[in-house]
Amino acid sequence: MGSYVLKRLGQMLLILLIVSVFSFLLISFIPGDPVYAILGAEVAPEEYARVHAELGLDKPVIVRYFDWLFNALRGNFGQSIQFHMSTVELLADRMSVTMYLAFISFFVSIPFGILFGVVAAVKRGKAIDTVVTLLANVCACLPQFWLGILVLYVFSLTLGLLPSFGFVWPWEDFWMSFKQSLMPIFCLSLNGVSSIARQTRSSMLEVIRQDYIRTGRSKGLKETSLIVIHALKNALIPVLTLLGMRLGVLMGGSMFVESVFSIPGMGSLLVRSISSRDIPVVQACVLVTAAITCLANLLTDILYAVIDPRIRYDK
Amino acid sequence: MLEATQTATIDHKALKADSRKKRVKQFIRALFSRKIVLVSAVGILFFILVALLAPVIAPYDPNEAFFADSLAQPSAKYLLGTDMHGRDVLSRIIYGSRVSLVVGLFAVLIACVIGTFLGLVSGYAGGLVDDVITRISEAIRAIPQVVLAMALTAVFGGGIVNLSIILGISNVVAYVRMMRGQVLTIKESDYVMAAKLQGNSSLRLMLTHILPNSVSPIIVLMTQQVGATILAEAGLSFLGLGISAPTASWGSIVNEGRTYLLQNPVYALVPGICVAVLVIFLNTFGDGVRDALDPRLRGDI
Repeated sequence: MGSYVLKRLGQMLLILLIVSVFSFLLISFIPGDPVYAILGAEVAPEEYARVHAELGLDKPVIVRYFDWLFNALRGNFGQSIQFHMSTVELLADRMSVTMYLAFISFFVSIPFGILFGVVAAVKRGKAIDTVVTLLANVCACLPQFWLGILVLYVFSLTLGLLPSFGFVWPWEDFWMSFKQSLMPIFCLSLNGVSSIARQTRSSMLEVIRQDYIRTGRSKGLKETSLIVIHALKNALIPVLTLLGMRLGVLMGGSMFVESVFSIPGMGSLLVRSISSRDIPVVQACVLVTAAITCLANLLTDILYAVIDPRIRYDK
Repeated sequence: MLEATQTATIDHKALKADSRKKRVKQFIRALFSRKIVLVSAVGILFFILVALLAPVIAPYDPNEAFFADSLAQPSAKYLLGTDMHGRDVLSRIIYGSRVSLVVGLFAVLIACVIGTFLGLVSGYAGGLVDDVITRISEAIRAIPQVVLAMALTAVFGGGIVNLSIILGISNVVAYVRMMRGQVLTIKESDYVMAAKLQGNSSLRLMLTHILPNSVSPIIVLMTQQVGATILAEAGLSFLGLGISAPTASWGSIVNEGRTYLLQNPVYALVPGICVAVLVIFLNTFGDGVRDALDPRLRGDI
């Protein structure tokens, strides 16, 4: 087990190293002089010199990369060009908001997704199965930004029930925070619920056909305990892979909901930084989201190996 | 003697063409035997026709501004109302279908060509080449797709051409992985070994044996990706990073319209419905293609 984890950790570091090269090179990919591209052609000479030196453009690429990498490893991603503050401080602030919403949505979508999936699988071919499958397929196709605008229109502009924008932490104002996060979390979770439901349904159907379920049924086990204890436990293994991916999707796909509801998270920061070509922030965002995705995948794989011994012993 | 062999080869070719025709027919029959697939095919055709005939169908020029009528309610004159510049929303939505379909199609084609090639090389060459390609594609996969596409637009800018290339690049990895796996499986099969023993070159083996045998998973992947790509394009345009003004794109119309939700909700909501409906059609059709190409699901075996 230990050697398996170490091996996966090594692979992850290698991947992150390649990602770091890619995100570093973003600035070199910019056609023309990056300083002019970032600040516009009408830039004062002092400003030009400052940013030029900050980006280290006077040194060769290799030297610049290692400078950047070592700084990044020490938690220094340079100064944000638009906000004139340390990129790391900026990011830490914004990331906590995005992570908070992502985690809530993650834990909300698991029970609902599994519940709908199991119900659809157990009632296969019945009306409820058709409804769940159809809804799950449709929900997977809805653009998240559109869904956000729709609920915004219905619940805050028309019915006036919920605030249409903003974000406060629950310890600052619990009731306000609850009302503000209802719609964003609904939009973030819908996709997760439908994909978890679809995966649960198909792996439940696979498991229900197995011999040991028939054995359980013929020895007189109660149907509920058969489904919940014997079938679901095994059916959830493939769902686990999906969950690992969900966390990455939630962290990397937060920009739509954050943009619709004006939430100061990492997604909206990334959008702003790209519009204003604040490359240090873009680089940091790319690297951080990649690291989170890798970490989520690593945790999933370890969990997988713990649950399913076949994987542990194979490698 | 010579004549006899010649007729034999001709017969063989004709037979092969015949069986291919039969297989295609069988596939089409299996595909459209389910009503929902037929419905989605008709739906996709409808969107394609709208995009092609946009100048004929659209009541107004999508960029013509009637300032006196800005933010007009839906009426007989402007079926879906007008936007803040007084441009007809319906006409802009009709023209917007062009952007979605063109970007969706080209991005998937670009991803398919590059990804299939890299996957073939990776699987067939093995060794260091395989390692390098696999590691790089794992790294690209680690960056969430939207973030990757956004970072690339930061560097290269938006527009239809750039967006197709950027979304194409962010889709490449799926083909590389699929194709590599496909090559590794087929490479071990007896008929490829036989062809190899006959002295065929690697290039010939790849082009005549491995590639044709991977056509159906490639088609399945492509049909399933068009919808996702259209969603991604709409998302980027919504964020203001994709198609730039004044070109009408469904995502950017939603973005413009959301400020005027109270005045004219149709303006922001209808283009989003168009995205959703087109993607539902495309995904249903894609699932249909997958099922029809899979002999186990078709009931042939």
